[in-house]
Amino acid sequence: MKNSAYLFCFSGVLKRELQRSLQQRTRFISALVRPLLWLAVFAAGFRGTLEGMVIPLYGSPVDYEVYITPGLVGMIILFNSMQSSLSMVYDREMGSMRVLLTSPLPRSYLLFCKLFAIALTSLLQVYAFLAVAFLFDVAPPPLGYLTALPAILMGAFILGALGLLLASLIEQLENFAGVMNFVVFPLFFLSPALYPLTFMQDGNTWVYWACVINPFTYVVELIRHALYLDLNTPALLVNLAAFTALTSAAVLGFDPARRMLNNRAPKGR
Amino acid sequence: MPVAINIQALSHSFADRKVLRNVSLTVEQGMFVGLLGANGAGKTTLFSILTRLISNSSGNVVLFGHDLQRSPADALATLGVVFQQPTLDLDLSVLQNLQYHGAIQGMSPTDVQARAQEELERLQLWDRRHERIRWLNGGHRRRVEIARALLHQPQLLLLDEATSSLDLESRIQLIGHIRSLIKTEGLTVLWTTHVAEELETDDQVILLNRGEVHAQGKLSDLITAAGASDANHLMLNLSKSGS
Repeated sequence: MKNSAYLFCFSGVLKRELQRSLQQRTRFISALVRPLLWLAVFAAGFRGTLEGMVIPLYGSPVDYEVYITPGLVGMIILFNSMQSSLSMVYDREMGSMRVLLTSPLPRSYLLFCKLFAIALTSLLQVYAFLAVAFLFDVAPPPLGYLTALPAILMGAFILGALGLLLASLIEQLENFAGVMNFVVFPLFFLSPALYPLTFMQDGNTWVYWACVINPFTYVVELIRHALYLDLNTPALLVNLAAFTALTSAAVLGFDPARRMLNNRAPKGR
Repeated sequence: MPVAINIQALSHSFADRKVLRNVSLTVEQGMFVGLLGANGAGKTTLFSILTRLISNSSGNVVLFGHDLQRSPADALATLGVVFQQPTLDLDLSVLQNLQYHGAIQGMSPTDVQARAQEELERLQLWDRRHERIRWLNGGHRRRVEIARALLHQPQLLLLDEATSSLDLESRIQLIGHIRSLIKTEGLTVLWTTHVAEELETDDQVILLNRGEVHAQGKLSDLITAAGASDANHLMLNLSKSGS
């Protein structure tokens, strides 16, 4: 197989992911509406939450909208990754996964292409959201939009790999509701996306420690700091570890054929 | 004649249930071969191993001289596949589906465009290339799947119960098209079916029963050897012996 074949495959998988994302307009719009509702409605209601509180990163008291924006960026990535893993389960049930698996290119490479494509669609949604957030006076330093890019990409890879891993484990589309209840919501709420962890520390130690061991906490913190031109080294290290562990697990555990075929065997073939 | 498919001592089990038992068969290049068997005979499992959706428990599969286990990329590159279950992306257009397939086969966009036009024109679908699959009927969708399977110019076309969801007219058209490709393109075709009427008496046939090759040869010879009156009778006998 020529080297150019890998490039054509990569661009083809990416193009398809973008086409699907744009053609399913409701998916794209809802990906923006969800965080915007949090920003416009939830944040308005909790405006006074951080009153008088100085978070070291910002240097001075900040509006709640400013604080939760990186958390909502994390939310976009999280939901897009789960949506993509849902579409993989759908592909597997509908049969189109079989076509991908008959490609002569290595399956680990196909998976990498898929992960990258998911990450880039997340990136598009994030920057569309940040553009709208600007209208709500959320204005990080202009260079912050650029320094946040690798942090957002890394977060998208981590959560995309988690999504692919879940797609391998989920047997049926109907089981996906469980993912929302047992994965997405705990990951999101047990993190500093909506409130600083010190709030948790003061309130409930058990919940605080759950936040500390949650990898999504570090995805959000890395993005938050990068958006304000700061590098959070502990968050970067945890992100790197989570990236390595989850990507390896996704590649090694990715065997959609196992779910696609073997489970049906007892019915008679 | 060169060999397109060479399977030796192939066995496969799902948990403790053996679905393929010591299957050995060869298919020569440029032939139309029917893989005939009742439901549960092991056809789909054999098909899934040939397309590497699952790995065989034991035995060898060689496609055009390439061992499927040792050099899967070379072996898979020879294959065009039409699955029993529809596998098109409903939200993409006809052309977008083909472009995606070409890309995952490692084809350049220019080649994909040229080949897509060639195949879609041959199947009278070029004018409908921008239509979403969702709006096409079953017969047209199947034709798109054929065009897609042939896009990368495979040497071997595998079809798994490809006519199962089609009406009689579409079925006849599809079979006619596939047969013409053997003459014009020198394609090898392995046609998996449980409908004996889809085969002609001169066709080479592999009869699969309970995961074993029951017989292999010209359909007319197999009918005579089994003492059956026609292909349907042959299938009926096979089903009875398999149940």
